[in-house]
Amino acid sequence: MEVFNIALRGIFIDNMIFAYYLGMCSFLAVSKKVETAFGLGLAVVFVLTLTVPVNWLLQEYVLKEGALTWIDGSFESIDLTFLQFIMFIAVIASMVQLVEMIIEKLSPALYGSLGIFLPLIAVNCAILGSSLFMVQKDYNIIEATSYGFGSGFGFFLAIIALAAIRERLKYSKVPPGLKGLGITMLITGLMGLAFKAFIGIAL
Amino acid sequence: MSAEATVVEKELKVEKKPAEAFLSKRRKNIVTDPLSDDNPITIQVLGICSALAVTVKLEPTLVMSIAVVFVIVFANLIISLMRNLIPGRIRIIVQLAVVATLVTLVSEFLKAYSYDMYKVLGAYVGLIITNCIVMGRLEAFAMANKPYDSILDGLGSGFGYAWIILTVAFFRELLGSGSIFDFKIFEAIGWTTFPTNGLMVDSIGAFVVLGILIWIQRSKSGYVEH
Repeated sequence: MEVFNIALRGIFIDNMIFAYYLGMCSFLAVSKKVETAFGLGLAVVFVLTLTVPVNWLLQEYVLKEGALTWIDGSFESIDLTFLQFIMFIAVIASMVQLVEMIIEKLSPALYGSLGIFLPLIAVNCAILGSSLFMVQKDYNIIEATSYGFGSGFGFFLAIIALAAIRERLKYSKVPPGLKGLGITMLITGLMGLAFKAFIGIAL
Repeated sequence: MSAEATVVEKELKVEKKPAEAFLSKRRKNIVTDPLSDDNPITIQVLGICSALAVTVKLEPTLVMSIAVVFVIVFANLIISLMRNLIPGRIRIIVQLAVVATLVTLVSEFLKAYSYDMYKVLGAYVGLIITNCIVMGRLEAFAMANKPYDSILDGLGSGFGYAWIILTVAFFRELLGSGSIFDFKIFEAIGWTTFPTNGLMVDSIGAFVVLGILIWIQRSKSGYVEH
């Protein structure tokens, strides 16, 4: 149950967009159409579910203080935490590359629709953010995977909801200076207000 | 051989031009454009994540601005120096490695000299790596321009980012906590019953303040998105 709760918490309560403001750049830039938002959302869920557990393994068996004892007992005092950023980002960049190649091979149709979004995911803050939060939260590997999936799915829901609203927004009269980014920020604020309703729920 | 020869020729041609003034008009524009007409946050829609996340109070925002300016300037400089050596296909990873190294420096520096601030900023220091402004400037400017121009461009974008997030933080701290730099301004002028607004401390306040700021800034600069 705990695993399931972690995923739910990631989706609704600790939503990447509304609670941590992560992945805002692509959230705002790729939410003009539901179709493309769907593609990006799926890719984010996919990459997050893979990278968080991989980074967990890295943190647990390489980076953490005393993590290298599985090679030799004398490595006990080695603390490689300062390499965390560079290792995590390298894992993410290569995982994204890997996922891109796998999808291209297995499903050219999906690859075609995700196309340009896949490489962009490497610099999506939500991906690196979840890995960093995962370290802070002290999960085990199953919980970490579930957390990765949950936060990815939260992003997916948020971006699709915003894209749907923005598609409708095309037909309304928005003041010229507020068009585009401005009104989107205000809408995101209102959506955040709605998501606040989940905060009281203890899981 | 012929390719090499043309490269040498090109370099010679460049050298023949009279040296550009240290702060010529073009270079001034590189610095001043991102401050308003081409602002990274309000016009180019980059670097929003950290603009929202750290702006609850002015002090962490100031630290964050300094960190970002530092990272952008030096990443621009380093990438610009290496721009002819980086193979096109792996440039993203090279850029990420440079940025990650600089961010690690900032993070370790904060941990050593200002541990409280390091705790407050938490994961968001690490997230400078994926700050789209940094990657955007590397990709769009440093990969194609000389080191000195790249430094100027980094300064411009950094300050363009800094003044926006400082403005957002000013309003959020003023209305959300009733203080400026942790100085209780309303209590100081005798208004002890000032109603602080919880929404301003929350993410919603950040979205709304930034949305309104974008509205004002775009109305002034006349930029309209289609």
